[in-house]
Amino acid sequence: MSGNFLPPVQLTASGRPVLQRNEVECFYLSSVDLISEDEPTNIPFPNLKSGLLILTSHRLLWISDSSSSESTGAFAVPLAAISHIFSHKKSIKSMFASPRIRFQLSLTPDGRVSGHGLRSVVATIVLRGKGDCDAFLAKFWENWRTRAWEDDGPAPGSSSNSGSAPASSGIYSSDGTVRMVGVAGILRKEQEMWESTDKSLQDAFQDLNALMSKAKEMVMLAEKMRQKLLSGSTSQTNASNDEEMGTKEEMQDWLLSVGIISPVTKESAGAMYHQQLSRQLADFVKVPLERAGGMVNLIDIYCLFNRARGTELISPDDLLQACFLWEKFDVPVVLRKFDSGVMVIQNKSHSDEEVFTKIKVLVMKPDALRAGISASDAARTLGVAPAMAKEHLLSAESKGLLCRDISPDGFRFYINLFTEIDRDDLHLVKDHGIYATWVRANHAPQ
Amino acid sequence: MQKLGEFKLPHFFNYPPYFTLQPVRDTREKQVQLWKDLILDYCRTQKVFVIGLEEEFPLFSNPIIGRSLTHEAREAFLSALVADGRAEWMDKGHRKCLILWHRIQEWAEILVQFARDNGLEDGVVTMEEIRFGTESQGTELQGIDQTILNRALKILEQKGKLVVFKGTSTDDEGVKFSL
Repeated sequence: MSGNFLPPVQLTASGRPVLQRNEVECFYLSSVDLISEDEPTNIPFPNLKSGLLILTSHRLLWISDSSSSESTGAFAVPLAAISHIFSHKKSIKSMFASPRIRFQLSLTPDGRVSGHGLRSVVATIVLRGKGDCDAFLAKFWENWRTRAWEDDGPAPGSSSNSGSAPASSGIYSSDGTVRMVGVAGILRKEQEMWESTDKSLQDAFQDLNALMSKAKEMVMLAEKMRQKLLSGSTSQTNASNDEEMGTKEEMQDWLLSVGIISPVTKESAGAMYHQQLSRQLADFVKVPLERAGGMVNLIDIYCLFNRARGTELISPDDLLQACFLWEKFDVPVVLRKFDSGVMVIQNKSHSDEEVFTKIKVLVMKPDALRAGISASDAARTLGVAPAMAKEHLLSAESKGLLCRDISPDGFRFYINLFTEIDRDDLHLVKDHGIYATWVRANHAPQ
Repeated sequence: MQKLGEFKLPHFFNYPPYFTLQPVRDTREKQVQLWKDLILDYCRTQKVFVIGLEEEFPLFSNPIIGRSLTHEAREAFLSALVADGRAEWMDKGHRKCLILWHRIQEWAEILVQFARDNGLEDGVVTMEEIRFGTESQGTELQGIDQTILNRALKILEQKGKLVVFKGTSTDDEGVKFSL
């Protein structure tokens, strides 16, 4: 009787289910009952106890456990016949009982499970084993929703629910194609997939080879252009070359647009990369400049900038190029090189005169008149780093404002008195003036 | 006023940068100038004719401010004097410098004046007398350096103004004027 209700499942010699074309096994549950908890009606739903439940992409297979004597056989519930799957409600009662999954099957008038029946019955899967009920339910839903069976064309023997299906042993099906049977089937499927992938890869590589040869031509072309640009720019332009210059600029723009950095970076406005970097740098230095009193060593900026960038670090040469470009833009910062070779970044608004005034005030103080000032003293007054302060002092010295004093006491600076001393009268000290002030400061009682 | 022996030192002698060779051109020029003048002044008043670079020359140090001229600085200032014709290096290694607060020519003229002042136009006088004799006391010739004297005499000899003759020993070296 149950044979008519649920279609049987063909088994191999070792008890493995014979799968339909494209059917894939998805979930296994052991010790499962498949019953109907509806009121007993004249629906002969089989009472399948303690079997192996296999969820596939197409069906629910119930295979009896050989050790069980209660039910035998193997039956299938086509997922196509399921009209609804109930969600698993958790309750106190369900916590202590075996998990149950219910679903609604539609039936034909004469009691056969079918996708188009008008009658329905609710079936229950009782999980008496250790399986993960929620995971199973999720997969059940998924497979049911996916309706994988609809993608298949008519397949031999897939909808037959009588026992007269063709013999399932052997690897070849009746129409001569290799059957995707069991594990062998899976392996064969894999193999075919690889072969087709391989072929499409080979085709793709054919295209790639063609691309590569084109690319080689492109590179040669770009190189030729590059040479032309370089040779044109070294020989200096005169009026008659203006036209040439125009096309050269166009070429440069074109090269830039295909991502090749222009080789003529010094003369042109610079490659896009350096331009952008330059602007970014100008923005970045604002804060450090303010904190450092208007002047920062270039090396310090290099460290700060790279640290801020985190990745995509720039080289020292990039930094230099970026600074040089500032001349071309309207940015409020400049790169300055001191006579000593030290390079700094300072605000355009920075006034050396202001600094010198401050220094002069500092150096005319009584202490400074007696003992001079050091770079640290100046650093404190000017609010800059000692290295920067030293550069300022050296600058002031070169302007004739200060004189240096090198001794075991260190490197110090004094106000320049030499200009005040009379050559013709070495002993003369004019009443007013720096010299007089200095003399007084040095002769006053300490 | 600070003194170095009898010599009155100017205020700027206590200015530490005075003892550091200045790198800035204009400042350096002024510094060199002041040192040249000071050296000449000192040598003239203290009758110093030779400066040895490796010896302790009092003008080159100021213990009050704890500063001394480096060897480089000393050589620089003395070389400036040499360039002016106010000094001469006595050796190739620039270790000794002959200071000519009077140029040789000037010394020659002083000698002529000395001869005239002392009625020696046709007279004979020994070197010793020129340098340490009573007639030269109080004059610039007193204590004149032998080398300088010889050079001055040579010039005059070439002009025929005198004749230098050697006696039996250096003490007997003398001069016969014929002005």
